[in-house]
This record gives sequence, structure tokens and C-alpha cells, in this order.
Amino acid sequence: MAKVLMKGNEAIAEAALKAGANNYFCYPITPQTEVAEYLAKRMPEVGGVFLQGESELAVANMIFGASTTGKRVFTTSSSPGISLMQEAISYMAGAQLPVVIVNIMRGGPGLGGILPAQSDYFQATKGGGHGDYRILVLAPSTIQEAVDLMMLSFHLADKYRNPVMMIGDGMIGQMMEPVEFPKHYEEPELPPKDWAITGAKNRKPFVIKSLFLDPQALEDNSWLLHAKYQEMKKNEVRFENYKINDDNQTLLIAYGTMARICQTAIDRLEDENISVGLFRPITLFPFPEKQIYNEVIKKNIKNILVVEMSTGQMFEDVERVVRGKKKLIFYGRTGGIVPSPEEVIEQVKKIIGKKIKKKA
Amino acid sequence: MSSEDKTIFTRPEAMTDVITHYCPGCTHGVIHRLVAEAIDSLGVREITVGVAPVGCSVLAYNYFNTDFLEAPHGRAPALATGFKRLRPDMIVFTYQGDGDLISIGMSEIVHAANRGEKFTTIFVNNAIYGMTGGQMAPTTLQGQITTTCPAGRDLENTGYPIKMVELLSGLMTPMYLERVSVHSPQHIIKTKRAIKRAFEYQIENTCFSLIEILSTCPTNWGRTPEESTVWLEENMLPYYPLGCFREPEKEKD
Repeated sequence: MAKVLMKGNEAIAEAALKAGANNYFCYPITPQTEVAEYLAKRMPEVGGVFLQGESELAVANMIFGASTTGKRVFTTSSSPGISLMQEAISYMAGAQLPVVIVNIMRGGPGLGGILPAQSDYFQATKGGGHGDYRILVLAPSTIQEAVDLMMLSFHLADKYRNPVMMIGDGMIGQMMEPVEFPKHYEEPELPPKDWAITGAKNRKPFVIKSLFLDPQALEDNSWLLHAKYQEMKKNEVRFENYKINDDNQTLLIAYGTMARICQTAIDRLEDENISVGLFRPITLFPFPEKQIYNEVIKKNIKNILVVEMSTGQMFEDVERVVRGKKKLIFYGRTGGIVPSPEEVIEQVKKIIGKKIKKKA
Repeated sequence: MSSEDKTIFTRPEAMTDVITHYCPGCTHGVIHRLVAEAIDSLGVREITVGVAPVGCSVLAYNYFNTDFLEAPHGRAPALATGFKRLRPDMIVFTYQGDGDLISIGMSEIVHAANRGEKFTTIFVNNAIYGMTGGQMAPTTLQGQITTTCPAGRDLENTGYPIKMVELLSGLMTPMYLERVSVHSPQHIIKTKRAIKRAFEYQIENTCFSLIEILSTCPTNWGRTPEESTVWLEENMLPYYPLGCFREPEKEKD
């Protein structure tokens, strides 16, 4: 298929349809509302279900109910709305339901702002709601990657019977880029959805629940989930290296839009004969633990800079992984402020002790 | 059994052969049975899914011989909406108490009803929180003593008890709303009829339906089962009038 120029939010919507997810529930919130507006027009064309709910609380519970049919369902929202969805996400994780949730992140806490941010990292990767659970978290850095990861999200949700969250900052949602969709989305075979609610005909009734009053049963369920998360850690780690080589003295670690800005900074630093590499996690859960460790401990790496559009959330995971083996430096902007490549360049030069060229 | 013997009373097929956890004298068991009888008489057991609430009937899924979902507190109408939109060919009902439906779940039920979602809500109103041990509910009557209004419900402080079917009656969307009670055999028969009618409206894909059922809670009311039925009749009936509040057929005229 030829490339088409699309806004991130619309491309995400179309990608879901390509993955056979024809069931969408939503509530308007900036900066992701275009997903809903796009699907309000597209869903009737593909004969799918489109419903605007009364709140994110209700919408998350609608996808909860809808997912028990065994059909692919999803919702999209932004930070404050995602907070409201945490109740249902916890229940769906406990009941092992495959759903896809997109968070086009804006600045917080509270009502915060409407501009791009990466400050929901903790919420996405550490559970978010109550209880001992995890969800798969994918973070695209381009619109094309958002399309690819959106389709993959449905596959992973079904593969693990688990909620999957794709998080992009407001930039991913609002930016326009050329993207390419597959004519037919092809994916490896999945296990049959023999757990779906279809009516107790010629079988015993199915109950989908997260309630286990017997502590032993609840513990068993928690360890069952834990084992599933271990499988995800084994099989689903995704990341990308950019210009990582033996000449690097400095390693940047960043994800999403921030990683892209770091790439620009790296290209410009290269022109000045400063060799910098970038490690970009694509899955935030599972986190590329070993892979980051292996890059960080390389002898040629003298400086490690973690850059985020937050006050330092992924930074804590990098600290955890590096286990004090090397000194880590953090640079972040937040509240909707997106660091420029110049800012990143300035930080790198500060670390390596090079004088910053003043603009002519 | 001789050929002249006739079975006149059996367990409905839509109920499981399980002893319930409900307190002696609680009317949940009666209401469960009426719902199961309606499902059986309409022949829809194999295409029915129930949505259980949080509250005393949280374990309803153990007692119905149909597929079931367990919802977060108050969200059963949202789950039912999601399910029914994807499977309009199936029969969906929520079973909810007063705290679940009209305290924490008020938003979900009002909007589901207003959208005209084609599912059925069985709303059990016993004017108290049962499972947590007798706290004030949105339907607790004026002066009624509970553990969180030990001096009796004070309307100045907490507002008036909410009349749910009257509140929903204000919506323009066509729907079937009826309030019934299970404090006497005569009323149980009327309740059975109303529940069946609610399911019929769903099967015909006509409208949203909600049956409010006045119910007793002897344990948390601090009364015997018999005293409880009298208390219901003397206190709840005057405030919560029985009858059909909305019915699409009548509105056509």
C-alpha cells in the first residue's frame, strides 16, 4: 500500500481497524479526541461498534464487558482519563481480559495541561490500579511505529489475555507523518478464545471475575498472573539502538518522542565529532533490563544521560537496572515543554566538559 | 412416581443446585428464583449473561445457571452496555442493590437507561447496605437507624431517600420501569410478572427495562423475617409506591 499522510491519532484509529478491532468506546479528552472523531465516521463503514460513553470510568468498564465476548475492543484517552480507567484496568488484569488502551499523554498531575508529556510512566508500568498486576506497555516514537505497535498491541493482548497499553505523548497524537498500512494485517496464530462468554449452551456456565474470597485461590491467581508477566519479560522485550558503537563515550537513554529528539541531537553532535549512542526502549513493560545493563557497562561508555519529558520516572528503572555500576545523569522537562535537540546537545556537552558554541 | 402424579414445584433450570450464602429471611433467594423462572419460561437460559454487582449479591454467579460477569462496584450497567452492544443477540441482565445501583453506580445506570441500552436491570432495594453490615444507603428512609446514621437518617444532613424509578421516569427515552415488592405471596406473583415483562421487552429489542424490587434485610434491620415484611409494608410502601411508571406500549397512545 502507498504511504498516506495522516495525523497520529487518526493513524492509530485506522491501525486498530486493520488489526480487526471493530469495537471502540470513548470519551473526549485533549489531545486524543481525533481518534474518536475519526472512528465516529469510520466505524459505520466497517460495521463496527462505536459508542461515546458518559465518562472514562464507564468507558473502561464498557470495554471490560465488551472484551468478554472474545472480540477485539479498545479505547483511547489521555492522562486524567486514564486515571479514571484504572479501576477497570485492575479488574481486567485480574480477570485476564485482552483489551487495548491508548494513552496520548499530557502534562500532569491533576488537570495539568494539554501539551505533550511522558509523566504517566509510573502509572503505566507499575500497575496503575490496585493489586499485584502488570500490563504490557508499548511506546512508539514515530507515527509509523504507532501504527505498527497498535496492531501488535491487539496480538499481544490476545496472546497473553492481558490489557495492553500503548503510550504516546501528545506529539505522537497530534503530529502528521506519512504512514503505510499493510493491506492485510498478518499475525502468528493465537490460542482459541474458548473462555469467551457466549451463553451456557451444551457447556457449564462461564464466570468472568476477579473476586477470590478464599485467600489461597487469590494467591494462586496472583502467582498465575506473575508467571504470565515473567513470560512477557522473556518474550516481549523490544528496543532499538541508534548509532551505538565502540567510539561512543556517551550513551543516551530515552523513549517515544524524546528518543526522536535525541536522535537529531546525536546527528548534530556527530558533525562535531562527538560520538553519542541512543538506547530506546520500545516496551516499557517488560523493560529492556539486560539490554540496558549491557550497553551501560561497556568500557567505552563514560557518561550516561537519561532524557525524559518528566521529572525522572523511567530514570528510576534505569537506576534499578544499572545497580550503581555507573553514574547516571538525568535531564528532563515537563509540564508540556518538549526539550529541543539544542537542549540535549547542551546537556551532553556539559557532561563531557566541552564548551558550548554560542549561536552566531 | 405414578402417571397421575404431577410435578408442581422444581428448581428452575436457570438456577444451580447450590445453597446460597444469604441470611435467613433475606429475599434475595426469592428474587433469584423469580429471575430464573422468567429466564426458563422464555427459553433464553443458553443465551443469557448476568452481571453481578458488589454487595450481598456479589456471588449471584454461583446461583444462576447462566454465564456471568462480575462487575466493579456500581459499574454493572457499563459492562452490560459493552457486552450487549457487541452481542445484541444475547440476553443481558444486571442484578444490583441500592448502594451499588444508585450510590456509586448512579451515573452508569442513568446513562445506560438514557441511551436505551437493551438490557434488563433487577434492582433490589432494601434501604440499607447489607454486605458491609448495615450502613446508610441512598434509599434508607427518614429516621431509619443504620450504623452510619445511628440517630436515624437526618434529611437535613443527607437529603431525601432517592426514588429511582421516579428519577429515571424523567428521561425522554422509552423504557419499561416498574416498582414491585416481595413482602407477600401476592406481591411475589406480581414481581414475577414484571420481571418476565422486562425480559420480554429485551427479547423484542424494544427498550431498556428496570424492575425495582422492595426487599427486606432482617439481619441489618434488626428484625425477624416476619417483622421485616411488616416493616417494609408499613414504612417502605408509603414512600416507594408500587406500580408501573413507564411502559413503551402505553406511551404509544
